[in-house]
Amino acid sequence: MSEIRNETPLIEVRNLKEHFPIQVSGLKTKPLKAVDGVSFSIKRGETLGLVGESGCGKTTVGRTILNLYKPTSGEIIYDGKPIKTAADIKEFRKKATMVFQDPYSSLNPRMTVADIIGEPLDVHKLYKTKEERQARILELMDYVGLNSEHAARYAHEFSGGQRQRIGIARALAVNPEFIVCDEPVSALDVSIQAQVINMFQELQEKLGLTYLFIAHDLLVVRHISDRIAVMYLGKMVELADADEIYDHPMHPYSKSLLSSVPVPDPNIARANKRIILEGDIPSPLNAPSGCPFRTRCRYATDVCAQSMPEFKEVKPGHFCACHNLENVD
Amino acid sequence: MNLKKLSMHPDLDCFAPASEAEKEYMVQMRPSSTFFKDGVKRLMKNKIAVISFFVIVIITLCSIILPMFWPYKYDQMLGVRPGRPVNSSYNNLAPFEYGEKELERMAEGEKIFPHIFGTDAQGRDYFIRVVYGARISLAVGFFASLIVLVIGLTVGSISGYCGGKVDIVIMRIVDIIYSLPDMLMVILLSTVLKEVLAPLIAGTVLEKLGVNMISLFIVFGLLYWVSMSRQIRGQILSLREQEYVLAAQATGARGKWIIMKHLLPNCISVVVISTALQIPSAIFTESYLSFLGLGVNAPMPSLGSLASDALNGMNSYPYRLVIPAIVISLIVLSLNLFGDGLRDAFDPKLNG
Ligand SMILES: Nc1ncnc2c1ncn2[C@@H]1O[C@H](COP(=O)(O)OP(=O)(O)O)[C@@H](O)[C@H]1O
Ligand code: SF4
Ligand SMILES: [Mg+2]
Repeated sequence: MSEIRNETPLIEVRNLKEHFPIQVSGLKTKPLKAVDGVSFSIKRGETLGLVGESGCGKTTVGRTILNLYKPTSGEIIYDGKPIKTAADIKEFRKKATMVFQDPYSSLNPRMTVADIIGEPLDVHKLYKTKEERQARILELMDYVGLNSEHAARYAHEFSGGQRQRIGIARALAVNPEFIVCDEPVSALDVSIQAQVINMFQELQEKLGLTYLFIAHDLLVVRHISDRIAVMYLGKMVELADADEIYDHPMHPYSKSLLSSVPVPDPNIARANKRIILEGDIPSPLNAPSGCPFRTRCRYATDVCAQSMPEFKEVKPGHFCACHNLENVD
Repeated sequence: MNLKKLSMHPDLDCFAPASEAEKEYMVQMRPSSTFFKDGVKRLMKNKIAVISFFVIVIITLCSIILPMFWPYKYDQMLGVRPGRPVNSSYNNLAPFEYGEKELERMAEGEKIFPHIFGTDAQGRDYFIRVVYGARISLAVGFFASLIVLVIGLTVGSISGYCGGKVDIVIMRIVDIIYSLPDMLMVILLSTVLKEVLAPLIAGTVLEKLGVNMISLFIVFGLLYWVSMSRQIRGQILSLREQEYVLAAQATGARGKWIIMKHLLPNCISVVVISTALQIPSAIFTESYLSFLGLGVNAPMPSLGSLASDALNGMNSYPYRLVIPAIVISLIVLSLNLFGDGLRDAFDPKLNG
């Protein structure tokens, strides 16, 4: 965890919504609320971890922030300036990049490593001579621990871990400030995950990067994040410092998530009650009214079905959205 | 030493840290090879495809080169000489038979090039007619596929890339064309176009090619692009969803860059394969149209019209029907087998 340099956020997201129109019958469409009113901010040099079950909208949040999907509504403010027009977006693309979850489908099988890493340089015309381009590509490969001899090879010749390094080098090419890391290690072997995570941290220190780090694995996020946000069904349910959320989770959903994390110490493990979530996550097409978690929540009351709990600051720096916090033990 | 094998103790040597060389071995990768090289390698392993390829090459080369130095022309009636009565001894020669004059000249010790397949009812050397017919059929197949490729590629990629309403409209048109009985449409269109086009092209270079040929190409352009465009569209649609396209968008790349760098290069194999498979189907269509008398113009032979002409004398000269039929089958079969080989070697779905 690197030092957080100042208090004004590098990126701020206000009430972001992303609704995908889904065809239900004939020409009728229904909105699939993949992200439904999410707000948070990330300070320069900070890592915000984003966790939640698969399908809860993490990837969509990351992609919408980068304007890969046009937001249905809400504001994205980068470095104090809202990102709205095509010109804003073009400029924004040089500062914010993405590392994708799947190191296989995110690299074009017909391109060499050098061309993949050099693509952002080509698109933004960031070099004057071929030599300059080549030198920059080799420098990037060196950053991520790839051998310069690999430059002329095709991505399919590499292992998953090496492919993900190529993806990271591509994300670093434009010298970005902010990187959305969408489950960058979940497709990798456990033995390689730690290496790649450490590399993310080293790069952050060396280059002063800010991360939105999406993950599935709570141990991984805890290791790398300064703060952690928990999502459920397109909504943010809890947000706090990494240690705070691990030691004192408040929202019933966060509690159940954390109770399923394996703990190395058997005494602690025994002391921790395992809370097993019943039922499946509802489809975002037919989300429950009020609190999205109420169909699986042990503490649900009538009010939960009627209104969506407000996402409010419960303790300094600790946000949570639940009507019945005082009853949750 | 041998006793140790029975021991239940683990061999500690197995747990020694890997040496540098061993580590290097672990991370060693497949030797560098491109998608294209891989495909060619796989293709070369497929014996049937290789043989088919050579058959195609030999037939193509023969049909191009042989007519250049063959002593007879495809439209040369050997019994007809200016200023002399028609010598009918040249008509309907059996293979390796000679006409009267030729026999005389041979008696004088002159060497006469044999009529390998004999001659037809008008005294034309049948071998060169078959060779020439193969040339016409191959050319028709090639150019018709080219037309299909251009139209199919354009329509398919527009439909796939734009998606939405454009896609829906184009695909309904494709469905309509699909649902037409294509044999019937081809015959009807050829007949109608023949009437319409004849006055239009009179006196131009196109006239020599024959109005039937032109209408044949138009028919291909109108009807046969649909399956090609469907395949390209499907390919583009699935490629568009690939994460590397999204990754390119995330770097700021726009439409043209994405189509040129990401979509088309990944379509090439589908394009090549469906074009290769289109050629035999075009040749086949040309043959049966010629067989029905809707093909090439009279003195010019095509394999189909040769077979059709041979029908008249089928009882006496069955080989005149059999030979062009065998050549058509050989061309169509080897093109199909080669196309299948290409698909097996280059289809990305099969090689993961
Ligand atoms: N492009 C899209 N079109 C329609 N629905 C989508 C699209 N992308 C994601 N979704 C839907 O949005 C929901 C959230 O998906 P996603 O953001 O990928 O979740 P996560 O990354 O947390 O697993 C899922 O129900 C998914 O089916
Ligand atoms: S608002 Fe109600 S349903 Fe939602 S988490 Fe709190 S108690 Fe459970
Ligand atoms: Mg995801």
